[in-house]
Amino acid sequence: MTDLKFSPGKAVDPQRAIRWGAFRVAEYRIRVLSKWLWSVVAFGLGNPILFLLSVGLGVGALVDANSGGQGLGGVSYLQFVAPALLASAAIQGVMDEVTFPTMDGFVWDKVFFAIGATSISPRQIADGVMLVALLRGLATTLMYLAILLLFGAIPLSSFAPLLLTSMLAGWGWAAIMMAITARLKEDDGFFAIISRFVIAPMFLFSGTFYPLEQMPIYLQPIGWVSPLWHATELGRTLSYGAAMELGMLLLHLGYLALLGLVGMSLTYPKFRERLNS
Amino acid sequence: MFATAKEIVISARSLTKKYKDFVAVDGIDFEVRRGEAFGLLGPNGAGKSTTMKMIASVSQRTSGDLSILGKEPNTQGPEIRAHLGVVPQKDLLDRELKVWENLFTYGRYFGLSRKFLKDKVEELLEFAQLTEKRMSKADDLSGGMQRRLAIARGLVNEPEILMLDEPTTGLDPQARHILWDRLFRLKEQGVTLVITTHYMDEAEQLCDRLIVMDKGKIMAEGSPAELIKKYSSKEVLELRFGTDKNEAAAEQLKDLAERIEVLPDRILLYTQKGEDLLTQIVDAGLNPITSLVRRSSLEDVFLRLTGRSLVE
Ligand SMILES: Nc1ncnc2c1ncn2[C@@H]1O[C@H](COP(=O)(O)OP(=O)(O)OP(=O)(O)O)[C@@H](O)[C@H]1O
Ligand SMILES: [Mg+2]
Repeated sequence: MTDLKFSPGKAVDPQRAIRWGAFRVAEYRIRVLSKWLWSVVAFGLGNPILFLLSVGLGVGALVDANSGGQGLGGVSYLQFVAPALLASAAIQGVMDEVTFPTMDGFVWDKVFFAIGATSISPRQIADGVMLVALLRGLATTLMYLAILLLFGAIPLSSFAPLLLTSMLAGWGWAAIMMAITARLKEDDGFFAIISRFVIAPMFLFSGTFYPLEQMPIYLQPIGWVSPLWHATELGRTLSYGAAMELGMLLLHLGYLALLGLVGMSLTYPKFRERLNS
Repeated sequence: MFATAKEIVISARSLTKKYKDFVAVDGIDFEVRRGEAFGLLGPNGAGKSTTMKMIASVSQRTSGDLSILGKEPNTQGPEIRAHLGVVPQKDLLDRELKVWENLFTYGRYFGLSRKFLKDKVEELLEFAQLTEKRMSKADDLSGGMQRRLAIARGLVNEPEILMLDEPTTGLDPQARHILWDRLFRLKEQGVTLVITTHYMDEAEQLCDRLIVMDKGKIMAEGSPAELIKKYSSKEVLELRFGTDKNEAAAEQLKDLAERIEVLPDRILLYTQKGEDLLTQIVDAGLNPITSLVRRSSLEDVFLRLTGRSLVE
């Protein structure tokens, strides 16, 4: 051990530390995430490729041949399902990046308590984690989009609208999941339950593969509450002009934005409570 | 007046923390001056960590006043924490990250530049004798090494106040002594130390002043020497007669010393001259199996104040 060079209280500029707190947490999350980069990329590219090879080529060809493109609003089957696939990719992408870090932060390694002892505030911790979750969602969605474009499944003009609707779904979902995870005291197989009993059904019952209205009415509410359905409907309208009234358009947008806002406003106080109790 | 007022870096008045109905810290008052090494001594559950967390401006007090570096923790937490170094009782390391990354990311939370941290991390690795382990995952370190890493991490922002919650738990004797030496040097450089411990030798070595806590309350306050002088005699004679004979022997001994404590395994006799008392006892025909004369310590102070042994 050598002596430390030390001038107590001089090294840190509190204003600067406080201003950029959320980004410092994001930086930390990216550092952790970068250790798993290969799996992010492998799943990000693998999923759309597998989908295109199976459902895309098989089911798509079948549907298109039978309907001549007329049954689904005059577009190819792939164009029809793309908004749902992309939104669900975004949801999957953000999911891992909010739930696991939040559990780790409060329950497993309790790293949030170490971060909370620095100049960073509980809210900045939540924001930092959310920021990287959205980045991960963005990366996953972009990879999916790239593959769809590459295989000619969607036209280039769909890129921007579908990126927007997917990220809205991702944000709404991430915020709600963060609010829930912030309330967990232990894992208890919660995430396995979420992915089996929430995400999987949501994927099947949100008008993903055929319009929601074709479902029995008693199953349709699953779609109504699911961010996936709202994002999918929006995506279909914005990418290939599926008919929609302005009111519905605003409703879909409003619902997704509301999920995000409600999720975050339930997240912040819980973070503060757990870190400052 | 202004000069002295400025010297107080931590001030607590009727500081209280309740968890639901349970009172963990029960209206304590104390002050810590700049550059001082201040100790919180007490048994398990005394409220030491709870007090530390309130000072560290992470845990909100239930009532009372608290001022850290002249600021109010409830509203100025981030500003206060920018100048504190915290070594929590549980290390709270990031086990996924490498040793150097634990130091680096922690420094980034304080907004320190990468350039500054490049040197700082090396310096701290050296300080904690972990230079060879820099590329290991924190999870792969031994318990004592993790402790040292947690201590180094608490120094990354060059804090004005360094808070150490049982810093040497899990350290081997050599590492303990090296750490004591390091902390002493930090103090010389002007760092204020706040230390909790159940080790009285640690408290005696490190602390200029300390409070003895039990059940959320302060039992006594002063320098180690003052406390020993006030609450104990100069010397202590420890006698063992064998577990079932201690009680009987104590009956015969109780008038010979200033004070007597009967513990399950031994009898403590408080006196000014231990050797003389021992001679007197042996002359009286009592034959202890073992005997030991030692100086009074904070352990004795604690026993006197609470009727309980510090290390249970
Ligand atoms: N988050 C909490 N919720 C409820 N009770 C708590 C909480 N934290 C501490 N306590 C209780 O407050 C009391 C004081 O705990 P504290 O951790 O401050 O003790 P301590 O003096 O640090 O003990 P030790 O030497 O074992 O570390 C204990 O009875 C403990 O159970
Ligand atoms: Mg403790």
